[in-house]
Amino acid sequence: MTDMTAPFDGRRWHDMGGDIAGPIPDASHDFALWEKRVDALMIICSSKGHFTVDGLRRVLEDMPPSSFEEMSYYERWIASITQNLIEDGVFTTSELGQRITDVKQRGTTYGEAADA
Amino acid sequence: MPELVRVRADMPPGHVRTPAYLRGKCGLIERTLGPFYNPEQLAYGVKADALPLHRVRFTMAEVWGDQAEIPTDTIEAEIYAHWLEPA
Repeated sequence: MTDMTAPFDGRRWHDMGGDIAGPIPDASHDFALWEKRVDALMIICSSKGHFTVDGLRRVLEDMPPSSFEEMSYYERWIASITQNLIEDGVFTTSELGQRITDVKQRGTTYGEAADA
Repeated sequence: MPELVRVRADMPPGHVRTPAYLRGKCGLIERTLGPFYNPEQLAYGVKADALPLHRVRFTMAEVWGDQAEIPTDTIEAEIYAHWLEPA
């Protein structure tokens, strides 16, 4: 962990090389459908030229350290993809907000929420 | 004769691809790769320069000083040309 009591030397919190890391978790897990879709979305965004993995990383790194405790891996990814798509002008925050409200009203399961 | 270089010790904000623990450290260029587009520009969606990417070999003694477990062990990192200067 970053020593928050030390004077700020410019090193950003995500730049962890050399820090004490502790044991490496070796448990594996399957991915949920939505997580696979987020991964696929990143590939589509990159192949269509909207932004690159560098933009993905930039927004992940700009998140506060607490996001790594509070959000899962793909939750952070979809937040970053969303911000990059807004920055590239693919949709506006207003359009996104309205769409999320519309989809929520369809229901909570994949089947209910899917486009008719 | 491999070229001795020093990693710039800059600490800019923003998206940077040079690990902080190597900044200010000296190493030998092991090979040169690329050119590749500068990810520090790509990250902001601006036009990116194509830069050489150097694989630099550092000794653990150089990187970690007295804390190095095996001072003669080496670590290699790929660092874009604009981060390197002659040592």
